Amino acid sequence: MKLTLERKSLLKVKIILLIPPILFLVLLTISIIFAGFKPPLKVNELIMSSIGDASYLNPILAQDSASSEINSLVFNGLIKYNQDLDGFVGELAESWKVEKGSEPVITFYLRKGVLWHDGREFTAEDVKFTYDKIMDEKTNTVRRSSYELVKKAEVLDPYTFRVTYKQPFSPGLETWSIGIIPKHLLESMDINTATFNRNPIGTGPFRFVEWVSDEKIVVEANPQYFQGKPNLNGIVYRIIPEAALNEMEILTHGVDYSGIFPYEYRRMSEVPFLKSYSQPSLGYTYIGYNLKNPLFQDRRIRRALTHAINREEIVQYVLYGLGTMATGPFPNHLWYANPDVKPYSYNPQKARDLLAEAGWKDKNRDGILVKDGKPFKFTLITNSGNDTRRDVGVLVQRQLHELGIDVKFELYEWSVFLKNFINERHFDACILGWGLSVDPDAYEIWHSSQIEKGFNFVSYQNPEVDRLLEKGRAEYDIEKRKQIYWRIHELVAEDQPYTFLYVPLGISALQKKFVLVEEVPSGQKISRPIKMEKAGLMYDLIKWYVPRETVLEK
Amino acid sequence: MAVGGLALIMTMFLIAAFASFLSPYAPGKTEVSLKLKPPSLQHYLGTDQLGRDVFSRMLWGSRISLSVGFVAVTISILIGILIGALAGYYGGWVDTFLMRFVDTMLCFPSFFLILTVVALLGPSIFNIMVVIGITSWMGTSRFVRAEFLSLRERDFTQAARALGVKDFRIIFRHILPNALAPVFVTATLSVASAILIEAGLSFLGFGVQPPAPSWGNILTEGRTYIFDAWWLTVFPGLAILITVLSFNLLGEGLRDALDPRLRGRR
Amino acid sequence: MASFVLRRLLQLFITLVGISIISWIIIMQAPGSPIALTIDPKVSPKIVEQMMKNYDLDKPIYQQYYLWLKKLFTGKLYSFKDGRPVMDKIGERIWNTLLLNLVATIIIFSLAIPLGVFSAKRQYSFLDNLGTLGAYLGISAPSFWLAYLLILGTVLLFGYPVLGMRSFVTEDFTTFEIVMDRIWHLMLPSIILAIGGLAGLSRYTRSSMLEVVRQDYIRTAKAKGLPEEAVYYKHALRNALLPIITIFGFLIPELIGGSIIMESVFAWPGIGRLSYQAVLSRDYPVVMTVLTISAVLTLIGNFIADILYGIADPRIRYQ
Repeated sequence: MKLTLERKSLLKVKIILLIPPILFLVLLTISIIFAGFKPPLKVNELIMSSIGDASYLNPILAQDSASSEINSLVFNGLIKYNQDLDGFVGELAESWKVEKGSEPVITFYLRKGVLWHDGREFTAEDVKFTYDKIMDEKTNTVRRSSYELVKKAEVLDPYTFRVTYKQPFSPGLETWSIGIIPKHLLESMDINTATFNRNPIGTGPFRFVEWVSDEKIVVEANPQYFQGKPNLNGIVYRIIPEAALNEMEILTHGVDYSGIFPYEYRRMSEVPFLKSYSQPSLGYTYIGYNLKNPLFQDRRIRRALTHAINREEIVQYVLYGLGTMATGPFPNHLWYANPDVKPYSYNPQKARDLLAEAGWKDKNRDGILVKDGKPFKFTLITNSGNDTRRDVGVLVQRQLHELGIDVKFELYEWSVFLKNFINERHFDACILGWGLSVDPDAYEIWHSSQIEKGFNFVSYQNPEVDRLLEKGRAEYDIEKRKQIYWRIHELVAEDQPYTFLYVPLGISALQKKFVLVEEVPSGQKISRPIKMEKAGLMYDLIKWYVPRETVLEK
Repeated sequence: MAVGGLALIMTMFLIAAFASFLSPYAPGKTEVSLKLKPPSLQHYLGTDQLGRDVFSRMLWGSRISLSVGFVAVTISILIGILIGALAGYYGGWVDTFLMRFVDTMLCFPSFFLILTVVALLGPSIFNIMVVIGITSWMGTSRFVRAEFLSLRERDFTQAARALGVKDFRIIFRHILPNALAPVFVTATLSVASAILIEAGLSFLGFGVQPPAPSWGNILTEGRTYIFDAWWLTVFPGLAILITVLSFNLLGEGLRDALDPRLRGRR
Repeated sequence: MASFVLRRLLQLFITLVGISIISWIIIMQAPGSPIALTIDPKVSPKIVEQMMKNYDLDKPIYQQYYLWLKKLFTGKLYSFKDGRPVMDKIGERIWNTLLLNLVATIIIFSLAIPLGVFSAKRQYSFLDNLGTLGAYLGISAPSFWLAYLLILGTVLLFGYPVLGMRSFVTEDFTTFEIVMDRIWHLMLPSIILAIGGLAGLSRYTRSSMLEVVRQDYIRTAKAKGLPEEAVYYKHALRNALLPIITIFGFLIPELIGGSIIMESVFAWPGIGRLSYQAVLSRDYPVVMTVLTISAVLTLIGNFIADILYGIADPRIRYQ
């Protein structure tokens, strides 16, 4: 009898030990079976993806691209660039007048009847409020510097807003494309920490619905949008931090539209239900030479370095051909880039000649150039986390080595890179990129007054360029500005303070089922394919639509 | 088993030492026209996105992984022995104080701390070694302390004290050599974990920085091309696995050998 | 018993303060600041200075520490990255991390103990050696590598969604399907997270069992005539489990640390990922708070382990 009892409790123990593993396996199997179920796709909704989560859904506080993308859907500015990026169209402003003079005045005539998403009416008070908040020192915004030359901003009547500048400043017009925020919701709050930043109310074509941190942001069409209700029902912005997984989602219809990387372009182009788009971006990548370093002070040396770097190879292999060689400080496809300035050729022999002229020869035949007993070596740095720059650096290192220059290549984490090297002007050469605004004014980058504390961290000084830069920002006439900037382009290309590497193509993929639907004057609705504009694919976003017939069943 | 581990480790060492002879290509040699080629006779483990030979990079990478492991562990052992010896020998409030300190250090979420420090101070190979070293000495110190506590009461110690030998000499010349047995075990196992930590740091972008070839690096750089170039993911991971495995085997084998209580009916 | 608990709590508190101070000092040494993160030519350096002041970054270290503490307890601690209250950001995510770690812990304990026990019983048998080899592989493999291989395999073979906590479009699912979907998404990351601990604990269990089995009282029980199986599973097992409880305390910090990597790979919205992003963007309030909270969790884990051990083994209480 005793033994049987023992055996029973013994069995109990064994069972207790074995249950958890068995349970676990069962659960695992069941969930695998059910995980394969895919729901029907939402019709007429756009799903986009982003690598990072947004930070502030408030146009004056946001700095990152994710926030800016959502803000452009939810908010409007007074004006915005047209599709060719060479002029403006009105958004919240119906029209505007620029009076030139020693204190230029811009008067904006605002649209009437525009409603905020909560139903209140938009007026010039909101514009003034937005401006005041930007200029308020307690607001943690980086945009203040763009408005420093504003002498005063006034509300003339509920639909007229007037800005007076301290001096002629043509880049100023562009600054009024910033999203306008509602006075009635934010005037009594600390804007930096307001819950509004998680729950925005704007005037834009889409209304905010929800934001699940690190997962998604959802917006829906605004039926009261002043340009008419968008055709799409809504947009979902998914946060997918891994490029490889993002690609998977695109291929399984989990994402409709996303920027893609050069190495994915070819693959995406071959997918039947996707269309890939490319467009030169508003910026360029370059190698900046610290002109305070005696190594780089002779112009011939900088030109030699540019001749020695095979930029074609870089574009071909690192960018998979998705880029063009940059010729100077302005991206080639914009109106203010000088088309007559040609890129420096890849010519190692010419580079060697130039260097020899400047006194650098391989005296002791060890492969390294020497002058006055000192070998030609320097350290090239860039920020970590950017695969393209990393690969570029490795290639440049090798190409220069073939010429006889000893280059050390190092990567640093972004904040360290900025604080310890760039801001301190404590570097030899760096690989960086500029993301520029559409206005050509490049004062902060090239003017000699910006050497000390501004963004002219290579310490470039050319009095003629200085003069032209000052003239350019005070000139309102486009033709005259064009001449000024074309000349700047020429001069800077001659000086080569940077080796201008390339202008990358921004590439993206979009599901073919999206089309543009617009109403023609006869009242009929026609659809046409979505075209890549200079201003970007999403320029006509409110006209995007998914016709029922084109939705594929999975 | 331990012998197997030892053999693997010896091989690793040889590879690391003779990396320059064994690599068919220079690890930094880029040949962009050959980018992302699968394993072949010319490139045993394929090429990466800049056309560099993965096999050569892996050989050179072994140097980094092994040196990070060893230096970090050396640092951690030195600290651990010092603290453990002092705590175990003197006892009393010295012991309590030091052990409280050990407890505090143990409660730090160590990987997070390592990540924060390396991210904030800069991911140089030196920083990584030091940081791993100063966050992993706790285990050693406990073992050393335990040994000291027992050895302190032994006859030879009493005799030495009676003879008037200074404390310092007693600790280091008499007791310590006898206390080292468990240290070998923890040391070996710590190398294994140090290598894994470095790989983890590389994955998050804070390991040894490119263009230097470390196994963690190759893995991370290959992450973007995971669907195109599986060899950039599989091989470095495998290398890490085998190296860490060999250290673990050695360590466990040592532990079994030194601990007679666990031997079975062999 | 009460004094034991109180003593432990006091030590816990002191340790916590120590950790937060040391952490703060380390973080403040960091070069780079949260403001200097943009290299936008339109931003003048004056603005940067102004923002530094707004964030209290121009004050001395100890004062900032005090401010941090004050803001934390008055609920006015805001993140540098998006101006949200830090506790909100953490509150959103901490349950996700805890869930992940809890499931991983359950997996570890429920699989490792049976494995270890059966392994020890049949020491040196084929199954034991297989289990040993498996355990070693588990401890030695880099977790993110395994994670990637698993993701690669699942996506290529089955085309299943693997990212995040749930599948993307779930409004049309039935409740059952929603639950299953959540469980599926939970499985992969927690399995990988558990592998290291699983391997380690099963080894530990095994050696603990082996050690206990050689004790005198076990031999006595066998000599008394009790059947071998009963002896093994009832008497030896109970005693072997005691030291395993202390492992519980060490498991927590390992898991929280491992979370950082797992959450990044699987896009799991937890505090591991939050802290990683915060470190990158020098979001000091968040970094400090998360460090402190993980330290608290670790200490709580240890504390519970100590209490459990104290209950289980009366000898400990009177030390």
